[in-house]
Amino acid sequence: MKLSNKTPIILAVVAFLAVLIAAFAPSGTTEIKFQAEGDLLPLPNIDVSVMAVTWFAAILMLLLAAYSWFRRLVQKRSSIAWLSPVFGVLFVLSVLTTLYAGKTMTLTALLQGSLSLAVPLIFGSLAGVLSERVGVVNIAIEGQLLAGAFCSALVASLTHSIWLGLITAGIAGALVALVLAVFAIRYVVDQIIVGVVLNVLVMGITNFLFSTLMGGNLALFNSPPRFDTMPVPLLSQIPVLGPVLFVQTPIVYLMYLAVGVVWFVLFKTRWGLRVRAVGEYPKAADTVGIKVYRTRYMSLMIGGSLAGIGGAFFTLGQVGAFGKEMTNGAGYIALAALIFGRWNPLYAALAALLFGFSENLQFGLAIIGSHVPSEFLLMLPYALTVIAVAGLVGKVTGPAASGKAYIKS
Amino acid sequence: MKLELRGITKRFGALAANDNVSLVAEAGQIHCLLGENGAGKSTLMNVLYGLYQADSGQILLDDKPVKFSGPGDAMAAGIGMVHQHFMLIPVFTVAENVVLGHEPVKFGGVLDIAAARKKVREISDRFGFDVDPDAIVGELPVGVQQRVEIIKALITDAKVLVFDEPTAVLTPQETDELMAIMRQLRDSGRAIVFITHKLREVKEVADKITVMRLGKVVGEAKPSDTAEAMASMMVGRAVDLEVRKTPAKPGAAGLEVSGLNVWNHEGQQVLNDVSFQIHAGEILVIAGVQGNGQTELTEAILGTQTKHHGSIKLSGHELLGKTVKQVLDAGVGFVPEDRTEDGLVADFTIAENLMLDRSDRAPFAKRGVLQLDFLAKFAAEKVAQYDVRAQGIQAKASQLSGGNQQKVVLARELSRELKLLVASQPTRGLDVGSIEFVHEQIVAARDSGIPVLIVATELDEATQLGDRIAVMYQGKIMGIVPPDTDRTVLGKMMAGLSA
Amino acid sequence: MISKFLRGNIALSVLAVLVSFVVGGILIALSDPTVQSSASYFTARPTDLLSAIWNAVFGAYDALFRGSVFNYQAATTTGMFKPITETLAFATPITMAGLGLAVAFRSGLFNIGGTGQIIFGAIFAGWVGINLDLPWILHFPLAVLAGVFGGALFGSIVGLLKATTGANEVIVTIMFNYIAALLLSYFLKTPFLQAPHNINPISKPILASAKYPAFLGPNFRLHAGVFAMLAAVALVWWLLNRSTLGFQFRALGHNPSAARVAGINIGLNYVLVMAVSGALAGLAGTSQILGTEGSLTTGVAASFGFDAITVALLGRNNPFGVLAAGILFGGLRAGAVTMQASQGVPIDIVFIVQSMIVLFIAAPPLVRSIFRIRAKVEAA
Repeated sequence: MKLSNKTPIILAVVAFLAVLIAAFAPSGTTEIKFQAEGDLLPLPNIDVSVMAVTWFAAILMLLLAAYSWFRRLVQKRSSIAWLSPVFGVLFVLSVLTTLYAGKTMTLTALLQGSLSLAVPLIFGSLAGVLSERVGVVNIAIEGQLLAGAFCSALVASLTHSIWLGLITAGIAGALVALVLAVFAIRYVVDQIIVGVVLNVLVMGITNFLFSTLMGGNLALFNSPPRFDTMPVPLLSQIPVLGPVLFVQTPIVYLMYLAVGVVWFVLFKTRWGLRVRAVGEYPKAADTVGIKVYRTRYMSLMIGGSLAGIGGAFFTLGQVGAFGKEMTNGAGYIALAALIFGRWNPLYAALAALLFGFSENLQFGLAIIGSHVPSEFLLMLPYALTVIAVAGLVGKVTGPAASGKAYIKS
Repeated sequence: MKLELRGITKRFGALAANDNVSLVAEAGQIHCLLGENGAGKSTLMNVLYGLYQADSGQILLDDKPVKFSGPGDAMAAGIGMVHQHFMLIPVFTVAENVVLGHEPVKFGGVLDIAAARKKVREISDRFGFDVDPDAIVGELPVGVQQRVEIIKALITDAKVLVFDEPTAVLTPQETDELMAIMRQLRDSGRAIVFITHKLREVKEVADKITVMRLGKVVGEAKPSDTAEAMASMMVGRAVDLEVRKTPAKPGAAGLEVSGLNVWNHEGQQVLNDVSFQIHAGEILVIAGVQGNGQTELTEAILGTQTKHHGSIKLSGHELLGKTVKQVLDAGVGFVPEDRTEDGLVADFTIAENLMLDRSDRAPFAKRGVLQLDFLAKFAAEKVAQYDVRAQGIQAKASQLSGGNQQKVVLARELSRELKLLVASQPTRGLDVGSIEFVHEQIVAARDSGIPVLIVATELDEATQLGDRIAVMYQGKIMGIVPPDTDRTVLGKMMAGLSA
Repeated sequence: MISKFLRGNIALSVLAVLVSFVVGGILIALSDPTVQSSASYFTARPTDLLSAIWNAVFGAYDALFRGSVFNYQAATTTGMFKPITETLAFATPITMAGLGLAVAFRSGLFNIGGTGQIIFGAIFAGWVGINLDLPWILHFPLAVLAGVFGGALFGSIVGLLKATTGANEVIVTIMFNYIAALLLSYFLKTPFLQAPHNINPISKPILASAKYPAFLGPNFRLHAGVFAMLAAVALVWWLLNRSTLGFQFRALGHNPSAARVAGINIGLNYVLVMAVSGALAGLAGTSQILGTEGSLTTGVAASFGFDAITVALLGRNNPFGVLAAGILFGGLRAGAVTMQASQGVPIDIVFIVQSMIVLFIAAPPLVRSIFRIRAKVEAA
């Protein structure tokens, strides 16, 4: 294994930043509000001292950074996986407490908002995982989300069946994936080009139909029912996390399930082994009798249907109607999450949550009148992804054959 | 099981890679398929394995005609293949690689990795392979990877086993061990098809020999036939296996490498305290099994290795730490190991390829402007001089045969004022005629009074071309010996034992 | 992978455009209210449906023609010829940025970052155009140079990242597009670029001394940028085919490892390719901000980043091909405005047609199978 100094260096730099924050943090307290509506066991709000929290975080981070240097220099071992995420959480905690100094931070609302923003990102990144793991770069996540959003609104409006709408969203996403697959696999067109073009094509078609078809009769074509939240018994009573995670719409529960299932299928089943084999070295898979093209088509379309369902979250889960270009680049953030999550469904979901959090923070900060420009919070996913692909935090390598067409001779 | 191929024809466009080829391999026999590069051996085996569909002809197993639409069918029928380029997934474990395509599963398609491990251990124990089922394949030495490839072929209980050029990556000792494994498999009643172009191996292990040339079967040979007889059958004319050259007249030391250490991108040391000298007018061959640091040595000279320590001096001037451009300007001619990957731009014309190294200077360019008239004249001259067979200087490099591609590379590299020639496996994959031409050019370069460094993985080439032979093993020079050194001694050195 | 687009022939391109227009026509017909209503009594009066379809499709494409080439319904001569100038006004930035992408594609770099580089060009050119007070002879070239530099700078960061860390340029450029857009949005909300006493994200107007001359007069949007575009076409052709730099770019594009072994500095060339590519996108940015727009807004790059990709592909990365494709798509953009105004066909039809053209161009076998053209058997 290659021993890199990069991680310890980055950790040391971040720890130093945390010390700076602690040193210059305003004195005073931040009130953290846990309570959410309908809580059975109301928790009291707590006041924390900004000084205490920032110094606590800074010192802990210094210790962890020192430990990572110890591992690197003395034990000559590579960094541990959990170190960076823990570091991230501590740093965010420190920054948040400082920003909210003298104000009230409604933690539950902050987290709920983050999860909502993250749901389509997670579905989208799963689509990316399933397609890149099988060797096809999926730039078309955005198009799959948008197709899902549009079709679910249309069908749910026409049939008054929210579930039919959801199923149609899955089919729509899978169809976009099928087009990607046909062009990438059958016609050996460059996968990136097809992806970019498909996004614009789907945007064009949905905009066109939104103006012509839906615009003609909104009540008939664009007024789908919306999912209600369904609190999960018991689990929703867990303090703080319960209301965040388990008072949600069925699409969100579907998302939890999808993350787990995709992870399990990819890494624990025969089909997953074959998917990964095709994505790493299609010819080797071919020579043991695995149908490379079929595997690619299937994995891509399953991924596409997940992205479609993620798109339905915009219409059936949140807004209750389709709007032009309503996915607004979520597909590209999902792509970023998948890369930042190193092509692993669990990590990608965590990355999507982080991105959702940073996107949501702008609303939280706007409420308290903070002056941190929202643009920089919104920039975070993109900047982090650039940092990740530039290899500044560990080594990021995707499946070996991703992006390469396989031509059977 | 008896395998019979009857009248197989396979065309790629106008070219018949296999033309009415027939062959019978009996159970309990090692059947050698002998032929030059490009004779159609691999195509034939790909047809057998279901990777290609034959245009006409039949495959029969135990006299029953079969039809394979893909490798899955071939495997199910009892055919196993050990591929020349391993069909292994580097990031998977041994067990995952071995069972891929035939995975043992529990309910619901869940992988039963314990069962996979057990299968690997069983086969590994039966043949004394000593392979860890949980090792990551990409981290294993090449010899072990090949055993994984063999286990993979045996997991489906193949009755016909095809070995496609399996010895290219092995030391002489590992080759001997592989021969023993092949005999063991033969004695267990399997039919073995052994594809090779190495006469020595054929003579050692074959029970029956079929010789192919230009897509056709040209006859059978007996293991007791002389190497010369087999070679002329392979090539279609009497061949002189000797490289014609006069004794070297070494002059002053030209290239001096001392205490050279190189680390690769992963931080592993790939060259360990390498020191040697090459005199002007002398050919030094670096012999050894592929992947023992030869590539890195030539790259260190060229300047594409970045982590290094030591010294490489050409006529007293330090090369190490210089850019590729500076090294080429210092008079180094470089023929890379992989000509299509590193030597040529396939989509460029012959002319463009000839100025690849000098597009930024007179007479090829003036103040950043290309001088296309001069290039045309220059290219026409070189094409004639090196007898490059092509439609003209505007023909693309990709349209040329391997031999003609190598001629273009040589024409470019030898047209500079050279003080050193470095050539890495310069005859790899070439037909005999081109091999002779390349050898002549190398000897001519030596006789012009410059030091020449050749990397060779085939011992025969090393002993014939070299004035001295340096054997490399795991990044170290095991010794520098004269070319008439006994093969077994060379073999031991290649396996890491001191001479 | 990119070389796939270099093969094929003009006939296929024409057919691809044709098929895409047919599909576009089908969509127009399907969405037309008259067509829909007459379809309901199709069995009773089938001719109604046919004439409705004809009216819808012909009407739309006639409007497209009137909006992009020649308006035979216009009252004045100026009005008649205005459409073609509109086409060229749209074609100018599209072609410039398309040339930039073509240079990158030819050099094996998949620059998806046209949008970001246009934005950076516009920010730099805009700042100079707003804040310096100089005579035209100095101010205008300086503003253009600033824009070109801005695009080149933003592009070369990508090249530098690839050269030093091996970062995949596709991912980096996609992410940079968003970063650039957010930066612009931030600048337009802060005194750096925002017009004083304005709550909207918009800059002060560009000073007249920094603008491309409107050589046809103030009634036309077309400006002297069109000549800069033509010069860029010639320059890029010369660069790629006649210069050492272009030769090295192409060597890099076809086979970077052979280029490296031949002594070509790969890392430096990555930076240079992206700088040239970004510079051309930056030039497109100047054509927007110093030509047609007049002041900087968040919409400065419009869809030109995507358009640039499509024209580079449709033009098969050949500078003259890019010019032809740029004029075609410029015409689509110009005509779409008229199409929407006079026929109520949403502008988005352009995106559909444009995407389809690229997909068809990219997959010649598909077009051949539509027209049942037998594929030429390629000699092995």
